[in-house]
Amino acid sequence: MNAADKDMREAMAVSGLKRRRTRVARWLGGINWRGAVSVAGFFLLWELLVRTKAPGFEAIPTLSNALEVFWNKYLTSARYWQAWAVSFERVAYGFVVSQMLGIPLGLLMGTRRKFHDLMFPVIEILRPIPPLAWVPISILFWPTNEMSIVFITFIGAFFIIVINVHDGVRSIKKEHLWLAMSLGATPMRIFRQIILPSVIPSIAVGMTLGIAVTWNVVIAAEMIASDVGLGRLTWEGYVSNTATVVLIGMISIGLAGYLSTKLVDWVEKRMMPWRK
Amino acid sequence: METVLRLMQNRRFWSMCAGFLGFFAVWYGSVKWVPLAPFGRLPDPVKVISEWLNPNPVFGISIFVKTYYYHILYSTYRATTAFFLALALGVPLGILMGWSRKFSDFASALLALLRPVPPLAWVPLAILILRGGEAAVIFVCFLVAFFATVLNTHAGVKSIDPDYFRAAACLGASRKDVLFDVIIPGALPNIFTGLQIAMGAAWFALAAGEMIAAQYGLGFLIMEAYNLVQTPTIVIGMATLGILGYISSAIIRLVGNRLMRWREEVIGVKS
Amino acid sequence: MALPAGEQVAPRECDRNGTAMAAVGGGVSIRKVSKVYDPEGARVVALYECSVEIAPGEFVALVGPSGCGKSTLLNILAGFDTLTSGEIYLNGKLLASVNRPLQPGPDRVVVFQHGALFPWKTVLENVMYGPLRQKAMTAEEAEKKAIDLLQRCGGLDRVATSYPTELSSGMQRRVEIIRALMNEPQVLLLDEPFRAMDTVSKTTMHQHLLEMYRMSRRTIVFITHDLEEAIYLADTAIVMTTRPGTVKKTLAVNLPRPRIPEMMSSREYLDLKRQAAEGVHEEARKAFERGEREQA
Repeated sequence: MNAADKDMREAMAVSGLKRRRTRVARWLGGINWRGAVSVAGFFLLWELLVRTKAPGFEAIPTLSNALEVFWNKYLTSARYWQAWAVSFERVAYGFVVSQMLGIPLGLLMGTRRKFHDLMFPVIEILRPIPPLAWVPISILFWPTNEMSIVFITFIGAFFIIVINVHDGVRSIKKEHLWLAMSLGATPMRIFRQIILPSVIPSIAVGMTLGIAVTWNVVIAAEMIASDVGLGRLTWEGYVSNTATVVLIGMISIGLAGYLSTKLVDWVEKRMMPWRK
Repeated sequence: METVLRLMQNRRFWSMCAGFLGFFAVWYGSVKWVPLAPFGRLPDPVKVISEWLNPNPVFGISIFVKTYYYHILYSTYRATTAFFLALALGVPLGILMGWSRKFSDFASALLALLRPVPPLAWVPLAILILRGGEAAVIFVCFLVAFFATVLNTHAGVKSIDPDYFRAAACLGASRKDVLFDVIIPGALPNIFTGLQIAMGAAWFALAAGEMIAAQYGLGFLIMEAYNLVQTPTIVIGMATLGILGYISSAIIRLVGNRLMRWREEVIGVKS
Repeated sequence: MALPAGEQVAPRECDRNGTAMAAVGGGVSIRKVSKVYDPEGARVVALYECSVEIAPGEFVALVGPSGCGKSTLLNILAGFDTLTSGEIYLNGKLLASVNRPLQPGPDRVVVFQHGALFPWKTVLENVMYGPLRQKAMTAEEAEKKAIDLLQRCGGLDRVATSYPTELSSGMQRRVEIIRALMNEPQVLLLDEPFRAMDTVSKTTMHQHLLEMYRMSRRTIVFITHDLEEAIYLADTAIVMTTRPGTVKKTLAVNLPRPRIPEMMSSREYLDLKRQAAEGVHEEARKAFERGEREQA
């Protein structure tokens, strides 16, 4: 035992600290109690507004009511689960295709000056067009309804990933590139070993933003132009004036969005093992 | 004159022109000469532009027609109303969340509960509660813009270097002084990033909302043109939405640069 | 150094006109201060029974390798952090103890390692900030004093309307020190303010700081890991041990003032350096080895 350790022990002795907290206590302390209160308050307020028939809430069901209907009718309904599957499929196709095309395009624009000067302004004028504004053109162009919805979903995530990857390449430290060049790395090696890994965090940001937009787009596209899917389910609830169904639809969509975000987070973590 | 000359010598300017030219050429070529049915169903750029600039438009919408501006005004009114509502509620909320730990605990859980539901999924419920399309469309646009504003403002407050708070405390600033002298100016860059995103999000939701549940507006125009198979009008509507979105985000950027003259990028000291 | 807190020291120096200048800074007495961090029950002793006596108007440098707790001590003095045992007195009055947590205030102003001038305020607004927020002066008074101070510190009044980002890092640091001096603090706390600077700018900054010290006669606590800087600037250089941080060696620097760069090759200076170097290097090695151990 050296002197420093001894000092440390003494210092511990003089410090008037409480004992180490138990595991359970620490776990309980980690819960956001205030948050729990506000969430509970939200549901209570909802229940209250509906029960007292506050203006605007006459047609709205309570959460318990919606859950009951869900349990009785939807849990075993094949059509309900088909809606899940169809929406997920659309999101998945649109998202994956947008990444597969958007990441290489972003990399190209980031690394090739000429290509950037040529393409970037075109991207910039197409980008502000809201994805949903593409719906009619998309329906006209694509032979099937399914393809047009996937296309709009693709548009939703495409520009986001292109811009993020492009900015990511642009913000690579010059020193890293110079180092590689002075060590005699070939352009291909520089690309594979410096540019690609440096851009991964930007890709991750683009993916996180993209998946959220994708769900938004799919839901709206389904309301406008489809006969299946979670968005359609919600819309049908509105058309048939059964708010319970609207609510079940919304909760399902929220859950689906949450799940896919978690999935993307997981993929991102695998892409960046150096981040904790 | 000098600027024109300099532009003529700029390689990037010519590349940009070549890019646009190529874009329109590919568009024109694919519509006109690709012998596939899907391409034939699309309008070519010449048709779109001649319709857009036609004093007597074939399908009723061009820059010489009053209704065109009605649609633009309606859409702009909805998007800006939603944007300013989001600004007025989202920025204070985000700052409050960054200022007070307690408040952040209360609010963040609620936000986390509501955020996974895509705002566009609120459209039917909004119509039911607010009884009608008009308020519902604005509400949905507001919702999208609101989340972007709150989250970016909160992130902005969180990203302020703690040394600024310490310095303010050393110099005898009260809690209120810290709010006005550190938190608000320190979060401003992120707030403006958030506002730009919010404006974009408002237009995004607007297009969808108007297609689903409105009687006027560019989204409605696009949808109606689709129903009546007026393809050039569809593209005019899309382009107009794009231009409006671009202009509004440019305005926000300008205002931001004016308010944040102290920033390195604005001053031009570094990079 | 060994004077009891609060007692006045005889002025060590005369200004250019030869008139004696009394110290206007406060005396600080740090008595057996310890600090234990306890994140998740893993106790880290940052400071252990650290005692330092600082006379009014004295320039004290705390030297030690990174992680020796010198910043912790400064944070406790500034009121950013609490102590777990011991007391701190200012001018003989109890300032902080376990039961009396300290708030930051204008009597102990910090100049930060990475600089903390508000980038959204102009140089003048930054310098006037303290007195205005404390409502100690009217705007006119504050502006007059700020311009005067800026002007006397190498003609900085000509950048009064600039934003900090437009200034060189050396100028930024000087403005930040002036912002602190505006409050007429009892103690000026400098947390490695010249760390990121090259040797040439550092030497220039040393002369500026010495000049500001001469003018203001404030008590200064200067934190650094650079031994030469500490001896060159300070009246007393205190070498600290690595974690748990405590005082290892106290060196009275009897070099005459005003200090000039040529003194760095004087015998007295080199002697002092040798004396201190042994202690510092031993501690640096310990810190380094512990770092290696903790990595493994």
